[in-house]
Amino acid sequence: MTLAAVPDLAGATNLAAATNEHLASISNTLIYSAMAVYTLAFFAYIAEWLFGSRSKVGRTAAALTATARAEARGPAVTVKKDGGTAVLERPQVVVRSAAGARDVPDGPGAHGGDEQGDMYGRIAISLTVLAFLVELGGVIARAASVERAPWGNMYEFNITFSTVAVGVYLGLLALKKNVRWLGLFLITTVLLDLGLAVTVLYTASDQLVPALHSYWLYIHVSTAIFCGAVFYVGAVATILYLFKDAYENKLATGGKPGAFANSVLDRLPAAASLDKFAYRVNAAVFPLWTFTIIAGAIWAGDAWGRYWGWDPKETWSFITWVAYACYLHARATAGWKGRKAAYLAMIAFGCWLFNYYGVNIFVTGKHSYAGV
Amino acid sequence: MSKTTTSDETAAAPEEGDLGAAGSQLSTAPAETLANVPGLGVVGWARWFWRQLTSMRVALLLLLLVALGAIPGSLIPQTGQDATKVADFAKAHPTLAPVYEKLGLFHVYSSVWFSAVYILLFVSLIGCIVPRTWQFVGQLRNRPPGAPKRLTRLPAYTTWRTGAEPEQVREAALALLKKRRFRAHLAGDAVSAEKGYLREVGNLAFHIALIVMLVAFAWGQLFKAEGNKLLVEGGSGFSNTLIAYDDFKSGNLFGVDDLNPFSFTLDKFKGTYEKTGPNKGTARTFQAAVTYSVGAYGKGKKDVVKVNHPLEIDDSKIYLTAHGYAPVITVRDGRGNVVFHDAVPLLPLDSNVTSSGVVKVLDGYKNAKGVTEQLGISAFFLPTYTAGSETASTFPALDNPVLNLAPYHGDLGVNSGIPQSVYQMDKTHMKAFKDSKKAQLRENLKPGETMTLPNGAGTVTYESTKQWANFQITQQPGSGWALTGAIAAIFGLAGSLFIQRRRVWVRAVKGADGVTVVEMAGLGRSESAKLPEELGDLAGILYDQAPGAPDPENDSDSPDPQVVPAERPEK
Ligand code: HEM
Repeated sequence: MTLAAVPDLAGATNLAAATNEHLASISNTLIYSAMAVYTLAFFAYIAEWLFGSRSKVGRTAAALTATARAEARGPAVTVKKDGGTAVLERPQVVVRSAAGARDVPDGPGAHGGDEQGDMYGRIAISLTVLAFLVELGGVIARAASVERAPWGNMYEFNITFSTVAVGVYLGLLALKKNVRWLGLFLITTVLLDLGLAVTVLYTASDQLVPALHSYWLYIHVSTAIFCGAVFYVGAVATILYLFKDAYENKLATGGKPGAFANSVLDRLPAAASLDKFAYRVNAAVFPLWTFTIIAGAIWAGDAWGRYWGWDPKETWSFITWVAYACYLHARATAGWKGRKAAYLAMIAFGCWLFNYYGVNIFVTGKHSYAGV
Repeated sequence: MSKTTTSDETAAAPEEGDLGAAGSQLSTAPAETLANVPGLGVVGWARWFWRQLTSMRVALLLLLLVALGAIPGSLIPQTGQDATKVADFAKAHPTLAPVYEKLGLFHVYSSVWFSAVYILLFVSLIGCIVPRTWQFVGQLRNRPPGAPKRLTRLPAYTTWRTGAEPEQVREAALALLKKRRFRAHLAGDAVSAEKGYLREVGNLAFHIALIVMLVAFAWGQLFKAEGNKLLVEGGSGFSNTLIAYDDFKSGNLFGVDDLNPFSFTLDKFKGTYEKTGPNKGTARTFQAAVTYSVGAYGKGKKDVVKVNHPLEIDDSKIYLTAHGYAPVITVRDGRGNVVFHDAVPLLPLDSNVTSSGVVKVLDGYKNAKGVTEQLGISAFFLPTYTAGSETASTFPALDNPVLNLAPYHGDLGVNSGIPQSVYQMDKTHMKAFKDSKKAQLRENLKPGETMTLPNGAGTVTYESTKQWANFQITQQPGSGWALTGAIAAIFGLAGSLFIQRRRVWVRAVKGADGVTVVEMAGLGRSESAKLPEELGDLAGILYDQAPGAPDPENDSDSPDPQVVPAERPEK
């Protein structure tokens, strides 16, 4: 008896979900409004960078020539005195970079120490907060309109994804982490992401994916989106690291970078800081990414009768995972630190992107999404 | 990145100086040896090969290879997932397909080369874990290494002068560090302390968990069994033996005796659907109430199987995968004898469960002339019939069921040896019953209604409607181990990535002028903002117990002008 042709229950439930037209249109309006505010924020970030370029700091170059001098005299022994007073609260801790590392101070940020630039930067962040709230409202309205988590198709993934990415950025800012330099790069791509979402990927809100009735959906998909957003922040830092590192290298070997590089890269944190930041961010979500894959496997075990089946989506999650594991290993392997490890991090993020866009669009598997 | 690799080579690097011993064994990562090409025959080569295989560099390369190797399987159709797609592909690419076949590209994840890569990786992994574990045990037995001569060379450093006696300061430091759960001891003029061993434990646990997961997965593949069974409500049950399955496949090492002994029957299937609104017809619940018993004579227990919610018996899981309707049909021959009485499962065609199938009367039927024949009755079923929509059901529930029957007689050809679908009829040797207008006889029946076959050929009665459910029964041993490994891996990873292993030294000696000089320094696996912060905290507390004394007048050991400013606690 062949039952192969029996449509599975998953398919049977694949019917239109109730659409609250009103909420859906509110959601759309909010998403478009968020885009408008992000655009304003984008211009404010640009203004921050423009004003910042007025200050000709050249700190990196100064530091590099200084350390070159210091190194010529032997390693810096760093004992800081407190000016003879015995009443200091707590002895000052001196930090010494590892032998051979460049002692480059972090750049001042996009505003380059320029007051007006700083003001525009603050405006940009305020606008980003506003846009984030509006977008969040859009995502929630979308969820309410379809009466389920807003993770049924790629349009919904995209709007959730960019909301979370901005949320991570704002969260780091709120924690007083030195991440203001991320602003322009992040918002630019958020605008691209949303632009793609509302044009190419837009799906009317009445579509429902097959039997996703499991709390593992909420766990698996929400952590996947969150990991993606954090990996993305890590990838931006990695790219900037590669540029900044090349810039520092050039300066250290006596090269003369172009005026643009001088102006832009000098204001970024030191290559070592960017590298460390990227590493921390990637390492911090790696266990969560591991969990995401395992949660997916558990869910697949309940829904499809096997916990691992090398479905394209599963395969690419695995590839992404292994690629990030490579990156973490590379950081612990002499000869692979620095740039080589950074290239691995970029490859790993590329795998993540392909898993997200490539597999959904070009490859068919069990993970199919209504209307892409 | 601090260069605190364990290897003696790096430790001996000139700029590291006397930091080598202090920084050694701060992890159990294998040394990066660029081992010289051996000259010592087979054993030498074997040792060299083993050294290479278990080095971090090769582990990294093998990891990269696994990632690369997994790619083709996601882009080329795989037999394990969709055999028909593979066939289509082979048809479309007649020259490429045999090459792919040879390379195992249609079953990448069980191909020789992919297996070779991951087996090498896991051999490397085992070869890495075992020595690392011993090394770690050794580190736990030993005490943290003594303070390097020049603490100023360490990544985090602080110093002050105090009126307290050196012994006092060292005692206080030892007590403080112990209270902070450092492993600390006094060695000479300094206290050595270390903390964060859990990082290593986590790292080892993670790598061991990977092995557990792989073994569990392989075990599951080799011993797994999977099959399907369709059951009708209240009908005969299923007992877990090979012949009871509608279809069945299993792993290479699976033996028929490995099937868990259990049986179950479908008592009732319940499907509820949205009645109104735009998502009218959307399934709300699918539930199969079953009675099952474990073992040959187990007591019957009741349970409900739902989508995403399988019934678990031992390591078998029973999934509800499909459902449909099975009209109960009674066929009588010309003399009124019942020749067929059964529920006939029909195949759903759409989401409103419009269904089709065939009632096959194989034996016992004699036509009006007394000649033995077979009957085949095409059945088309609408659970909810609405006037005007003759060919499609308008709702998935049994609101107004109508069964459309078109009877044939002759030879069904089931004895020809060619397997047939139960949902289809081979009409080559069948003749349709004709109505008065010489057209194909076809009638719509409601439950309880009977159609009469022409010329005293008998009757067909549609008695009632039952539902059927399809169950997929899988047995995959080792999933518990895989899950345990996975959970251990996550916790191990978290420990490995979030816990810092670090050392702190406190030295207190009398300076030339008789005033005690306290020096504190910290060293971690990697440069971290946390380390100076922690050192600052410790120094702050110790400072309270050994308050500062005025600086000497002459600053003979004048500080370097290129002082690196203390990193502020990470903004
Ligand atoms: C099955 C493949 C493997 C995977 C997925 C894997 C994954 C990882 C990950 C994610 C880390 C990061 C955790 C951390 O930095 O503490 C790590 C660390 C490490 N792995 Fe592996 N690994 C694998 C195989 C190996 C092998 C074969 C070796 C031995 C050569 C090895 C040795 C190490 C060591 C020494 C560390 C710690 C590095 C450090 O202390 O920073 N791993 N591994």
